[in-house]
Amino acid sequence: MTDLKLELKEKIIEQLNLEDVSVAEIGDKDPLFGEGLGLDSIDALELIVMLDKDYGIKLADPKEGKQIFESVETMAAYITSKKTE
Amino acid sequence: MKKRVYINSVGSVSAQKTFENDAFLTEITTHNDTTMSVINPNYKDYIPPAAARRMAKGIKMSTVSSKTALEEAGLDNVDAIIVGTGLGCIGDSEKFISAIIDNKEQFLTPTRFIQSSHNTVSGQIALGIGCKGYNYTYVNGATSFESCLIDAMIQLQLEEAQNVLVGGVDELVAHHVDTHRLIDHIKKTPVESTQLLASKTEGCVMAEGAQFFVLSNEKQASTYGELLAVGTYNSLEKAQLTGTVSKFLAENQLSVDAIDLVILGYNGDVTFDSYYDLLANELFSNTAQAYSKHLSGEYDTASSFAFWLASKVMRTNSLPEVVHLNKVAVPTPKTILLYNQYRGEYHSLVLLRQC
Repeated sequence: MTDLKLELKEKIIEQLNLEDVSVAEIGDKDPLFGEGLGLDSIDALELIVMLDKDYGIKLADPKEGKQIFESVETMAAYITSKKTE
Repeated sequence: MKKRVYINSVGSVSAQKTFENDAFLTEITTHNDTTMSVINPNYKDYIPPAAARRMAKGIKMSTVSSKTALEEAGLDNVDAIIVGTGLGCIGDSEKFISAIIDNKEQFLTPTRFIQSSHNTVSGQIALGIGCKGYNYTYVNGATSFESCLIDAMIQLQLEEAQNVLVGGVDELVAHHVDTHRLIDHIKKTPVESTQLLASKTEGCVMAEGAQFFVLSNEKQASTYGELLAVGTYNSLEKAQLTGTVSKFLAENQLSVDAIDLVILGYNGDVTFDSYYDLLANELFSNTAQAYSKHLSGEYDTASSFAFWLASKVMRTNSLPEVVHLNKVAVPTPKTILLYNQYRGEYHSLVLLRQC
């Protein structure tokens, strides 16, 4: 799980071109949208594609996204739960 | 009566340190390569990090250049934004298309697509300053920038606009360079920029850059000069060139003797520089001559760098030795003619005057 969280942070930085953000600056529970990293709707689309491409997880219900992409921790928990299904 | 068209401000990001608008080629960077990249300003000084992270290099260069021009003109907004580009944000176009191929048409994300269109630059500038006016992008090879000048001139002369932001931008990216190497449009061996015209080899030194200008039909303290006329010609045989230039001057009630300085688009390609030789050795043999592509490199909108150079010459009343091509002195650069072409096509003539 810790490795997955680190991996997700690295992917988020690379995929979303967060040049000025380091892995250490993203807390596991920091909000990704709004006050935290300040991501927006285009970033949400990028994250949905990342889940599909890198982890083979298709987000069937877009409403789930709000909860899944709340933080790195919720993303990692969702990926882990899908892998064990 | 038609209104006059004034160049009220300039902004440039080029292979020279031109983003500092107060200086005029006081510090020359010598390149020794087959391509030239721009000298990057600190983009964070001009663009918020959240916005910059999705910007292609062409957009970043244009944002800095346009902000510089707007600031000098003392404007927060303009009536129209007109951008010329040969290839738009080709870097993101390449990445977007590569992703389609690599991922077998799956997993396509929006960011690269948004950035990949040619009119992204003019759109991003408009979004940045909140301009809801005329927004247009010309993609006409090496006359893209001149097409913008023609459009802006018409709008200003007819008073459909009072202030127009006009610019030319192109970026240098790997795949584009590779393909142009394959077809020998880029030099095979590095050339030191000061020796560009002595290289006598085929191809050019390919580069990138963004020059923006505020054109207005009202003169102000920051005015550099007046834009008198622009002519573009998709194709011209060498035998037609001097006649075409003479006719262009005559249409503007000028003779060859009235030109104080001619800026020629020499790019060091031995095959096509002969067009410039025709003007340099015949029509303008007794006229002061200058060139600029040893400083800027070649790209579809490199003529906007020559336009920047001419503007600075008019403002400072001086011609830097580094761009002076012959020994004819320029006591007063009152009337300036710019001539450019690329590989024997996309010819343009631009006439400027001090005011």
